[in-house]
Amino acid sequence: MPLSTQSQADIDQYILIASLDNARNLSNILKAISLRDHAIFNATQNGLKVTVEDSKCLQANAFIQADIFQEYIIKEDAVGFQVNLTVLLDCLTIFGGSTVPGVCTALRMCYNGYGYPLTLFLEEGGVVTVCKINTQEPEEPIDFDFCSTNVTNKVILQSDSLKEAFSELDMTSEVLQITMSPSHPYFRLSTFGNSGNAHYDYPKDSDMMELFQCTKIQTNRYKMSLLKPSTKALALSCKVSVRTDSRGFLSLQYLVRNDDGQICFVEYYCCPDEEVEEE
Amino acid sequence: MDCVATGGNVKVLAKAIHSLSRIGEELYLESVDDGLALRSVNSSRSAFACFLLSPLFFQRYQAPADHSFRCKMPIKSVQAVFKSLASLDRSVEKCRIQLKSEKSRLTITLHCKHGLLKTHNLSFQDCESLQAVFDKESCANVLQAQPRLMVDTVLHFPPSLEEVNLSVSSDRVWLRNHVEDGADSLRAMMTELCLSSEEFDHFSVGSQTSVTFCLKELRGLLVFADSSGLPVSMYFDEPGSPVILSVADSVLEANFVLATLSEDSHPKNHVNPDTKHPDTEQPPDDFMSDDMDSFLIAMESSELPGPSHVPTSPPRPTNNRKHSYIEEEEDEQALADGPPNKKFCSLFFGSVLPTPSQLPNQTMPSQEVLASDSEDENQTETS
Repeated sequence: MPLSTQSQADIDQYILIASLDNARNLSNILKAISLRDHAIFNATQNGLKVTVEDSKCLQANAFIQADIFQEYIIKEDAVGFQVNLTVLLDCLTIFGGSTVPGVCTALRMCYNGYGYPLTLFLEEGGVVTVCKINTQEPEEPIDFDFCSTNVTNKVILQSDSLKEAFSELDMTSEVLQITMSPSHPYFRLSTFGNSGNAHYDYPKDSDMMELFQCTKIQTNRYKMSLLKPSTKALALSCKVSVRTDSRGFLSLQYLVRNDDGQICFVEYYCCPDEEVEEE
Repeated sequence: MDCVATGGNVKVLAKAIHSLSRIGEELYLESVDDGLALRSVNSSRSAFACFLLSPLFFQRYQAPADHSFRCKMPIKSVQAVFKSLASLDRSVEKCRIQLKSEKSRLTITLHCKHGLLKTHNLSFQDCESLQAVFDKESCANVLQAQPRLMVDTVLHFPPSLEEVNLSVSSDRVWLRNHVEDGADSLRAMMTELCLSSEEFDHFSVGSQTSVTFCLKELRGLLVFADSSGLPVSMYFDEPGSPVILSVADSVLEANFVLATLSEDSHPKNHVNPDTKHPDTEQPPDDFMSDDMDSFLIAMESSELPGPSHVPTSPPRPTNNRKHSYIEEEEDEQALADGPPNKKFCSLFFGSVLPTPSQLPNQTMPSQEVLASDSEDENQTETS
């Protein structure tokens, strides 16, 4: 294996080494949060957390636990850097999308530390590519201060039913309104577009509804342009949890199974658009 | 007003709306005595379509109290309600259309699997009743065919084709693309399909006719008819009167009314079938008929540009058709300009010249006649 021909000296200089037999297990999940160009990487003993933010109102996080990687070595408590996500995705998929079963790109991602580029060793079919991507000082991700104790309403749905609704959303509507209530309409997505308004209602006893915990009626509006990209994460996921807190902040958590059946998480936080009178 | 459509009828409703969207940009909805009418018209008012759904189409049908409800709305808004047409019958159990006049909204509710409820409140505008004037019963010509026949026929024409010409005789139907006179007419590809009356479920031609209408709007009906499997009826008269296409079953009737060109004045576009065409025989498909000699004799007699040269008696019946082309062209030369004549003859020249290897038995001397034509540059053999 060409990747293992690096000398011990090379390996010693890295403060983070993460290897995958199938680079898609990383690239797919990163595509689900690729709203903007820049991503903040934060690696700890537990694994990798990648954050992307949009206009201070939306934050998307991808979590890839340490045990997903075939090799995961971290020499400090926390390693952080920022890279251009578009470039990173281009490198991870540098061999093109291979549809031949059994053929995949192997990845070893290495980082020497502050000031050094992120080095990627990618191999497919005996061909090795080395990519070095410049890193930047990591920005501090916004803390949305969303904690479980403050959650007012929570539902967990099977993604299939929500996928259909999201694909049909009226894009002429500037906002997506989410209503959660212990009584009718239970869980409702609404749009207000040029031709009129539309409502998608999910009853609490639907077989697509895995969990329904709503304590009080809440209606919040979120900018459609911010939430529409979450469709990518939805498409990859099998289940999604939707939570709102007392301030109306929205948390969407997606359970994603990668190519090897392992579980990863993607999460979106979004601020409400404006105060809305409860209907 | 409160109507509920269930099961497969939801998809039929969605397809009807989709068909109407091929005609115009707005959907006109009207509650009439016979049921619910969905109509559309194009911007130039040359195409009109109406789907009449009887109360029996619906599981529940409650007409508006005053029986005079009508409205119009952008058809795209209604199409948006029925997205993902393909999976509609699998996912939607029931479709309810309600009028909430106090809010000026038409509410369409789709009850889907897993308890999912999709509600669309569409705003509408008041409008006049939209109704084209037509009378199917008074049309002299009526054809009826299975939708598959029409779909397969229309398949031969490019999707970009605007207008098509339909000609009927006592036992045949021709469908051709219609090409306007002008610079493009010489370069245009002409497509012609001939169908025998036997291919139709019903064939009643009062008088030999030729009408030209827009193909694009016809396709809208064909898509609907094909998916429903209902036979398509065509009613038409002389050029200028509209052609009416219609499909119907016990609970639904659709009529597409298309205007026709008022005068079909392009002689090169169609062979006048009755006068020149020998009735019984099938016209050969190509010019390379078995007997080259007689073929060449026919060519000999059509020396350009003289119309005065009367062709000698056609030696074989198989040649009659080509002969008639030539005759016709010569007759019309007095009326028509040069180009149509030249075009026909250039077609003949291209096909008449065999390579020596193909027809070793043919007499070469006859090619001398052709050699006189200055257009021909391929002439290699001389006797």
